[in-house]
Amino acid sequence: MGAARGREALLRRNVQLRLHVNGEAVEVSFPPYKTLLEVLREDLGLTGTKHGCELGECGACAVLVDGEPQLACLVLGLECEGRSVETVEGLAQGGTLHPLQAAFADLGAAQCGYCTPGMLMTAKALLEREPAPSRERIREAISGNLCRCTGYAQIVEAIEAAARAMRERA
Amino acid sequence: MNVIGKPRRRVDARSKVTGRTRFADDLALPRMAHCRLLRSPHPHAEILAVDVSRAAALSGVYLVLTGEAFPVSFGIMPVSQDEYPLARGKVRYVGDPVAAVVARDEQTCAEALAEIEVKYRPLATIASPAEALATPEPRIHDYGPQGNIHRLQAYEFGDVEEALARADHVFEDVFFYEGNTHLAIEQHAALAAPEGEGGVVLYSSTQNPHYLHRQLARVLQLPASKVRVVAMPNGGGFGGKCDPANHEMVVAKAALALGRPVKICLNREEVFYLHRGRHPVLMRLRTGVTKDGRLTGVHLQTLLDGGAYGSHGPASTFYTGVLTPTTYELPRFKFEACRVFTNKPPCGPKRGHGTPQPRFGQEVQLDKIAEKLGLDPAELRLRIAVKPDSLTANWLRIGSTGLAECIRQVVERSGWKEKFRKLPEGRGVGLACSAYMCGAGLPIYWNKLPHSGVQLLADRSGQVTAFCGATEVGQGSDDVLAAIVAEVLGIAPDDVRLVTGDTGLTPVDLGSYSSRVTVMMGNAALRAAEQLKARIAAAAAEELGVAPHRVAFANGRVSVAGEPSKAMAFREAVELAEARFGTLAATGSYTPPKPAGKYKGAGVGPSPAYSYSACVVEVEVDRASGWISVPKIWIAHDIGRVVNPVLARGQVVGSVYMGLAEALMEEQAFRRLPPKLSDALVHRIPSILEYKSPTSLDMPEVETILVEEPDPNCPFGAKEVGQGPLLPVPPALANAIYDAVGVRIDELPITPDKVLRALELKAQGKNPRIGPEAFPAVPYPKPVFVPPPWEGGDGGEAKRHDAAAVV
Repeated sequence: MGAARGREALLRRNVQLRLHVNGEAVEVSFPPYKTLLEVLREDLGLTGTKHGCELGECGACAVLVDGEPQLACLVLGLECEGRSVETVEGLAQGGTLHPLQAAFADLGAAQCGYCTPGMLMTAKALLEREPAPSRERIREAISGNLCRCTGYAQIVEAIEAAARAMRERA
Repeated sequence: MNVIGKPRRRVDARSKVTGRTRFADDLALPRMAHCRLLRSPHPHAEILAVDVSRAAALSGVYLVLTGEAFPVSFGIMPVSQDEYPLARGKVRYVGDPVAAVVARDEQTCAEALAEIEVKYRPLATIASPAEALATPEPRIHDYGPQGNIHRLQAYEFGDVEEALARADHVFEDVFFYEGNTHLAIEQHAALAAPEGEGGVVLYSSTQNPHYLHRQLARVLQLPASKVRVVAMPNGGGFGGKCDPANHEMVVAKAALALGRPVKICLNREEVFYLHRGRHPVLMRLRTGVTKDGRLTGVHLQTLLDGGAYGSHGPASTFYTGVLTPTTYELPRFKFEACRVFTNKPPCGPKRGHGTPQPRFGQEVQLDKIAEKLGLDPAELRLRIAVKPDSLTANWLRIGSTGLAECIRQVVERSGWKEKFRKLPEGRGVGLACSAYMCGAGLPIYWNKLPHSGVQLLADRSGQVTAFCGATEVGQGSDDVLAAIVAEVLGIAPDDVRLVTGDTGLTPVDLGSYSSRVTVMMGNAALRAAEQLKARIAAAAAEELGVAPHRVAFANGRVSVAGEPSKAMAFREAVELAEARFGTLAATGSYTPPKPAGKYKGAGVGPSPAYSYSACVVEVEVDRASGWISVPKIWIAHDIGRVVNPVLARGQVVGSVYMGLAEALMEEQAFRRLPPKLSDALVHRIPSILEYKSPTSLDMPEVETILVEEPDPNCPFGAKEVGQGPLLPVPPALANAIYDAVGVRIDELPITPDKVLRALELKAQGKNPRIGPEAFPAVPYPKPVFVPPPWEGGDGGEAKRHDAAAVV
């Protein structure tokens, strides 16, 4: 019992980590059991990334880790030493919305807005890899992000519109 | 019009796409403590003892609460206040909250929960309506008409047996609609903090801050003026955040006791237990028709599996009956409804509240009727569609209806006439219709007060602020408020600052339920804006040297109508008005029209207006696997007037999605553990992975047609769009499957295994139908008898009924 309690105390001792979040170098201290989702929300004040299940089932917490879409509820904060994390807060450039954000806003892709951050980050990863995805590819890419409001139609349309806007800009 | 009807980015869009919108779970306050609940592992048990001493002694634990801390019960409906924040004496479902720990962090809470010892004495579990009817003892609750029956309702509008006797055909069917859950992606969260002298503020993911406010004051035994509820934007509601919830009461109590903020976030498993979702409903429908397809009478019986508590149950029970006559001309109507208690998470309101189930039954039965009579199902429905400006058999007042136009639209767009009964084997189309209310005509508790209030402030800066208790749950409540105020004042929706859903700051609005917000908040907003406009116009008229009625408001300018050069900025006009009248404020409030019916129970069903929908679903059924694919759905919805087409289409497609989900896969299902593991009734699948819902890959193309049949009771004629379009989808799917492979699946969800079994029956030459075989004997009382409007009477009762008919 004493040994177990001792181990527990050790587990609670904060760890210190350096990583890049939305292009900014940050240093953060947190208990080692915390997921990246908890570290982002509770220790870095980035509440844009959402809890939906904490089990990797809903996609609401999707962020980009070194450019790859990851479910932040399944990644330990500890695993992110030295890595680069992008969240919804990093999408807009100053007051200018990212083309995905603008398309989501204009085309009704965000209703309650709760799945939106995860949806945006997943879509960003797709468009970085495939600037001109087919509708089918878009549907595949976001199939791990659940939305209960939209029936997905306006989300898919917004991603298509953003892809067009980004190609024209490029 | 400059705003209404124009496609726009919604006013809260930028916050939502930048992650700036703050949901309840995103809030944090200095000195905030955390809370978690201990939940019952038993479906039905007596609590013999709770020992919290070890938990309370843990380092970092600030408070442990049990049922003793909460002597007062609560419940959304005055007639069913049967819940306690923490169980007292017994638990009624797996997940029923028993104790709460408040500690420095969630981890410490979890450790402390494990140290709480509860001694239970398990009681027999009531698992189903059949068991509830057959097992009066033990009673899950000690109220209700008898045994484990929660509510009985019986109404007859004209002699239905006589109507069936003179029909050319009588159709009798039994249908079953499985329960399912809201599955909002946001899990419920609440943060309470002490406020002022002995008061408390609760920030919560609630759809109904006003009702929560009342229940919280009741449970905390505080004057309501000491309690403030702030509804944060909901990350999806769908009815799942309508009930006041245990955890909201617990953190409010804890915050007052500790003098510091306390926060709780439910996890996904807990949300499945809190539930309040779609009631499983078994129904029997007997319908008399003439040979040309006119209805002579309908006798509907329903049996609802209510789960462990009352919730909205009394209203849900009514809704399985009362809206049935709003879609088609029906001279006589009888409904008998019964809700039973079972040891499962309580059922309550989910999108469509109590009406998708009978709608499924009636629309599938109409498909059978059309086939028997050799009529096209669309033609049959056009023939009997309810007429505008009419009364139904149960005295509901229908205003505008675009039902016939909706049917014509989906028939034409889908190529119905070229497809119905003409597609190759394995492919088919099905059609169904529906109606839905635009707001409940009566509040949940009896009062003569307005249902919605809006207050506007304007000042010399040119800013306009709208205050309203309405709640943004994703449906666009904020956008409708801004749009209506902006339209009247000739400014942009983005120029209206919004303060909503805060019982400490905003006029009362009853909440985001029953599709009431656009009509009720909208009418209140319209009145307030007209009042403010009149003041500004009076001041501007003086300056412009014309009569006030000649002053026009548009594009941020106030001008002489027809003379755009004689104009000033809106801001200048407000300044003139402030100088002339002093501080500028205006209010508007709205109360729905009185119901036409006068009988006891006539208050459920009336609405200022009804929306209408028609839907065609196309399916492909794989005969080898039973797999159902849906290539396309066409839906037309009579919305009265479109406020913002971007949002309106989103509501329609979202409703189609949810209807299709319920039709094809979603079920809140339970199983018994083996006897050696306690024999308990447990949720089969309290996780998103196992509770199957459609992904982006499962959604078909949806073609949306918005039909505008403005209703005089509605602001700019605008009716509801958030719930109605769900209703026709499940029956249209079932009818399409029949068209495709000739089998009838009379129960939801329609899964491949059921299709396969039906196909096997068909191959064996048996009745190719899957569905409930019988309807049990339910002790319905002698009904309340009310003559329909065309048979004399004044909307009151004409015969004596059993007192139990309206409990």
